[in-house]
Amino acid sequence: MSMRIGLVCPYAWDVPGGVRSHVSDLAITLRSRGHQVNVLAPVEEEDDLPEWVTDGGRPVAVPYNGSVARLSFGVKATRRVRAWIREGDFDIVHIHEPLAPSLSLLTCWSARGPLVATWHSSHDRSRVLTAGYYVAQTAMEKLRGSIAVSAEARRTLVGHVGGDAVLIPNGVRVKDFTPEVHDRQRRRELLFLGRIEEPRKGLAVLLEAMPAILDQVPDLKVIVAGPGDSEEIRKGLPERVDHALTFYGAVSDQRKQELLREAQVYVAPHTGGESFGIVLVEAMAAGACVVASDIPAFEQVLEGGKAGRLFTTNDPRALAEAVLSVLADDAARRALADRGYRRAEQYDWDTVVDEVLDVYDSVRVPGDKVTEDLRGQALGRFAARTNFIRGRRGDKHEREQS
Amino acid sequence: MNWWWLVLVVVVIGLFGLYLSMTAGRLDALHKRIDTAELSLDAHLLRRSSVALELATSGLLDPAGAIVVAEAAHAARTAADGDGRDAEQRRIRAEAESALSQALEATLDEEEIEEVRATPGGDELIEELAASARRVQLSRRFLNDAVRACTQLRNQRMVRTFRLAGTSPWPEVVELDDSVPAPLATA
Repeated sequence: MSMRIGLVCPYAWDVPGGVRSHVSDLAITLRSRGHQVNVLAPVEEEDDLPEWVTDGGRPVAVPYNGSVARLSFGVKATRRVRAWIREGDFDIVHIHEPLAPSLSLLTCWSARGPLVATWHSSHDRSRVLTAGYYVAQTAMEKLRGSIAVSAEARRTLVGHVGGDAVLIPNGVRVKDFTPEVHDRQRRRELLFLGRIEEPRKGLAVLLEAMPAILDQVPDLKVIVAGPGDSEEIRKGLPERVDHALTFYGAVSDQRKQELLREAQVYVAPHTGGESFGIVLVEAMAAGACVVASDIPAFEQVLEGGKAGRLFTTNDPRALAEAVLSVLADDAARRALADRGYRRAEQYDWDTVVDEVLDVYDSVRVPGDKVTEDLRGQALGRFAARTNFIRGRRGDKHEREQS
Repeated sequence: MNWWWLVLVVVVIGLFGLYLSMTAGRLDALHKRIDTAELSLDAHLLRRSSVALELATSGLLDPAGAIVVAEAAHAARTAADGDGRDAEQRRIRAEAESALSQALEATLDEEEIEEVRATPGGDELIEELAASARRVQLSRRFLNDAVRACTQLRNQRMVRTFRLAGTSPWPEVVELDDSVPAPLATA
């Protein structure tokens, strides 16, 4: 049965980002299942926008949740949200990051009916409270079902805001990564991805392990792809380690896929701060053998070490041992990569979307529609009673049509 | 008395009234959300028991398993009759639905499922049963979450003092065993 589904993305459509690509992948997969999908997002540049994206207003750069986010809010954005809900005639509206002070929160306020939300990031308590406990509470009460993309995001919701959520992990477009090359044709390389100066990405742990690794495998190459100042990192490295390293700088998504398909081993020496580890799934989808630190998120993705090798977090010696063990044993490495590929398939959007559709079906009853919510606004309530708004709305439609 | 004080008092009373009316609106919305969630849970429970009954009578299960599932599914269907307002009735239904979950779990092990899937028409039945069982789980979870939010609000002193909830009955969480047979649960 085909549904009319509205998705709300709080961050600018033109800027690459985790939530933004999640929304777009979800929209594409839902469309491939025959549903009618429309995405509401802040848009900077209206040219070559897909026809299924609605412009929610120009984004403004504001500091939010530890970085600068491009959000849309204000009177104009609110008006667009309301028009989108009215004209969309949606069976379900799925709001991403419902507390983000952008189109998401505005939609929580302006809509009623079958609303579903996905919680992506983990906030700390103070931030949620500054955002206004009352605001958060009233917005959340309207959500009929909540999804969290990671155990950490879920813990934030349950512990700090109050409320339950089902865990549905991020999807990966596995086929984009699927290797045409078998392990045999891969280069004897270690691959590191991520911002090189960010301590939590753990490049320092890998570099410290390098001498021990090179003792056993002197000709090993290490590819480091990620933004940051490589000169700074190279300073003070032993010469043979320096020689083994190649820095690629920031790379495009496509280049990242190629790199993951070429290397035998992908190393994830993260020391924390990862809530899900999507890059591990991408590496497994590309057929690389994964060696990763045993932080909880990675342990879960790697099935406790069956789909990749785990080593003690922050321990260079353990890292060296793990890397050497998979480099030395071709059969073991290929077995891990094969198991990893099958694990990655479980995170494919085509599988994940079924769980999302289950959630949609479990919050709505036949005939349910998302409509505008005029309650809670003193003026809105008065206006609804006196037909004030309805009259004005008619005017506006006429103006738009002429 | 200074007339400024009068203005202040009027404003405070006005704001307080606004707050009360907004809170009443929130409560109303929460009660509606609970009603919808109950309807949805009811629909998915019915779907599950009817698919289970269909599976049991299809001849695809082994005879013993078929009888166990058919009986549990039939009991669940019978318990679903009535409007569900009576507490005793609700308890009986929850018990019957839990029994159905256990019957399904006991019957549908990996081998049995593989065998059913291999027969024509079996795959669709299994898929449908799995989907409805998963949705039962989800809707119950979402219902109980709505009940929790509603109870929390109704316990606030203001809401109690001003009887903002009116005469609507206290919402109750639904306790039942809604486990999905392990081979049919998603990762």
